[in-house]
Amino acid sequence: MIHQTATNERARGRLSLRRHVGDLGIIGYVIRLAILLIFAIYFVVPLVWLLFATTRDPTSLYSSWFPLTFGSIDRLVTSWNDVLGYQNGEMLLWLGNSIRYAGLSLIGSLAICIPAGYILAIGRFPGRRALLWLTLITMLLPVSAMVLPLFLELNLVHLIDTQWAVILPAMFFPFGVYLSFVYYGSSLPRELVDAARVDGCSELRVFWNLALPLARPLLGLLAFISFNANWNNFFGPYVMLSTDKNYNLPVGLNSIVASTSALRPGFNPTPGAPAFVQADAAMAALFMIVPVVIVFIFSMRYVTAGAFTGGVKG
Amino acid sequence: MSYVLALPYIVFMAIFGIGPALYALLMSVSKFSGGVPQYWAAGLDNYRLAFGDARFFQVFGNLLEFLIVSVPLGIGLVVLLALLLDMRPGRSSSMLRLLYFIPGAVTGPALVLLVICILDPTISPFGPLFQAAGSTNFDALVFPGSLPFVFTIMGFFAGAGMWIAIQHGGLQGISTEVVEAAELDGCNAWQKARYIKLPYLRPYIVYQTILIFALNVQLFVEPQLLTSTWVQANVPPQWAPNQLAYSYAFDVGNFGAAAALSLLMVAIGLAGAIVLIRWTGFFKIEA
Repeated sequence: MIHQTATNERARGRLSLRRHVGDLGIIGYVIRLAILLIFAIYFVVPLVWLLFATTRDPTSLYSSWFPLTFGSIDRLVTSWNDVLGYQNGEMLLWLGNSIRYAGLSLIGSLAICIPAGYILAIGRFPGRRALLWLTLITMLLPVSAMVLPLFLELNLVHLIDTQWAVILPAMFFPFGVYLSFVYYGSSLPRELVDAARVDGCSELRVFWNLALPLARPLLGLLAFISFNANWNNFFGPYVMLSTDKNYNLPVGLNSIVASTSALRPGFNPTPGAPAFVQADAAMAALFMIVPVVIVFIFSMRYVTAGAFTGGVKG
Repeated sequence: MSYVLALPYIVFMAIFGIGPALYALLMSVSKFSGGVPQYWAAGLDNYRLAFGDARFFQVFGNLLEFLIVSVPLGIGLVVLLALLLDMRPGRSSSMLRLLYFIPGAVTGPALVLLVICILDPTISPFGPLFQAAGSTNFDALVFPGSLPFVFTIMGFFAGAGMWIAIQHGGLQGISTEVVEAAELDGCNAWQKARYIKLPYLRPYIVYQTILIFALNVQLFVEPQLLTSTWVQANVPPQWAPNQLAYSYAFDVGNFGAAAALSLLMVAIGLAGAIVLIRWTGFFKIEA
């Protein structure tokens, strides 16, 4: 009986291996697996290393024969306290700022770009083509070209070094308009819109009752892209914000690293700056990364959902 | 009535798009001495200054090298990985796709910080590998000639997963009948990928090319933090055009030259985009 089971299991094993290899060919099977695993290492190992780095003091980092080792809980606690204690808890302040800036920019940009994309796709009005071309052109403008004139513009209305200097420019989101335009242009049947109009729906009601509910996949994708872009926004805030209480996380992280010798052993830290080591820098980086990882895991399906599917068929 | 829905966008476009762009144009022909702008006073001097700067051709050469390395390599590998994953749909492929996607959360300063550690053979998880290859310190891996590759590796690490997911979304659109017909005709997995799936992905590849190009032209944070602000590696402080513009504006206070240089970048970016759009017929949807 036992013997029988073992044979069966072996047979099943062979069968499942054959099914796995299938029409890939045995060499193809191995090559595919090797490539996928090499890239898995490339994408995952640095992140795992970063997690471990928060637990390791410099001696462990430099001397350990195996790079992916756990240091100690004590060091982890120290890293946590060092980062939270930086300049009397500025890290939490920056985290709050980042959430507020990214959240408000997200809401504002979606409220502006979805109706605009919709009407560009469905409506026919003078200036439509020009607006489409301007959208493409402004998508391509380099930040460096825009940031100075923007700075001077916002300076005129005394918004420099306030949260609005970060949020208002981020609400202008031509890429989102373009995606909404592509989405509605390809997946909203014109007949439906025309029928609603014949029934006496106003343009606004068609949008509100018909087009907006159809935009669920688009909304997810746009929210993901916009949040991500705003969360990581560095150059704009770096130029616009001068008081460190107003920084977002990327600018804050930059100021931490630039003032310590964590990444350059030869550098004399700015006087008064805390003696950060690599473990602290890694912990500070995690503050910036972890919230986005959470957003990522929940929003991947929107990226995969093929919001472009209808769109880019051309 | 249509305008009501587009109005907020038009207003923001005017204030945060066209306005600053036109102002940049004005700045590029203005003099900024002692912080007081003298509009129109500079004529083409700022452009001449930018063109005459020895660093001008250097930074655009660097950018060109970076684009030549990063765009084809990034797109080729993303498509390869998307197709390989699609050969065996199922739980393990989905798992890998998520693993590839997660590094996308690491960008900006956090990305630079991570890459500096990863490229330091003395602490890197790949340290033994680097040392076996003869690179024992940071400067052996990061030097002017290697920077296009360093920035490509950084960008690919953070960006590939999202594009793989998007290409995966595209592959979902292939009708099962076509695939089944190919199987009946004796197509194996590799032939299906080459002759059915790859042609189908074309519009997605075009879309990715345009966006990666637009994004990579803007390279700033990575070289800025890597070369001058944090590490002072063995690399020129102004490596990318954006950095040179930034340096004109904030190191020497010449806003006019900064604007002139930025506008040259706009021209190059637009020319590149128009060539790509023409070449690929990307705007067909609009017709």
